[in-house]
Amino acid sequence: MRFGVVVFPGSNCEMDCFHVIDKVLMEEVEYVWHQQTDVSGYDCLVLPGGFSYGDYLRCGAIARFSPVMEAVAEYAREGGLVIGICNGFQILLEAGLLPGAMLRNTSLSFICRHVNVRVENADTPWTNAVRQGRVLRIPIAHGEGNYTADAETLAALGERNQIVLRYCDEGGETTADSNPNGSVENIAGICSEGFNVFGLMPHPERASEEILGSTDGLLIWESVMAHYQARG
Amino acid sequence: MKVSIYVSPKKGVLDPAGQAALGALRSLGFGEVADVQIGKYIILSLEDGESGQAEARVQEMCERLLANPIIEDYRIEMG
Repeated sequence: MRFGVVVFPGSNCEMDCFHVIDKVLMEEVEYVWHQQTDVSGYDCLVLPGGFSYGDYLRCGAIARFSPVMEAVAEYAREGGLVIGICNGFQILLEAGLLPGAMLRNTSLSFICRHVNVRVENADTPWTNAVRQGRVLRIPIAHGEGNYTADAETLAALGERNQIVLRYCDEGGETTADSNPNGSVENIAGICSEGFNVFGLMPHPERASEEILGSTDGLLIWESVMAHYQARG
Repeated sequence: MKVSIYVSPKKGVLDPAGQAALGALRSLGFGEVADVQIGKYIILSLEDGESGQAEARVQEMCERLLANPIIEDYRIEMG
């Protein structure tokens, strides 16, 4: 499997993603510079975390107009696998590849810690290696991860099972206390209608090795590889 | 030509920064403050051209980049 990790000015998690794909998954991986306009040849594109273009104006608002994003959008329209992590998720929202928008965390704090997320839909390219309802322990690191969408969008997301991850407590209950940023309905990650585009605030690449305190993030990477292999 | 653009959180959308400022103002004794909204003030300098066309262009700038219509409203003042 061949991964492309898209790098914007201000991305800062691209090396972590590259490392996990290269050294842990032992798959092919290349950096894709934001000015590149050809993303054919990749089996999965990763939009990593960071602060693209300094996150001036709004998180992800300027990155979405990078030359590479037109190619990413076309790639996604054709069913290509795209995962946006943290700032990558914000870019996918700003680009309209996923519905909704991000607000500042209700606490106004930048939050960097492990959280628990419950897998709401285990029948996606990103979660097929996980049992539905399982709680994953994965870190977050963001100041604007307060996901919001209008009632109509939320209803549609729910009906089509596009809500993939919700913040929860250790027992899997989606309580207000276990919601770190104020996200509507405790939403931590959503998919596109075709399930090929996935955006999430937690960082699976920071929970893919024992030394980092959790390997739950590996299940996301293993799912996409299993999906790719099953597709043939 | 100078153009002023005021971007503010849409009504009903949570504004954590505004809520924090509201709490601070009240704790300072300004109990008369009912609500605070914190937005952005953007000033553009445009090359001279047809002003009718300019406003439509600025509106497009707001729709595409300067505001996120899902969570923000904007108001344009030309000149």
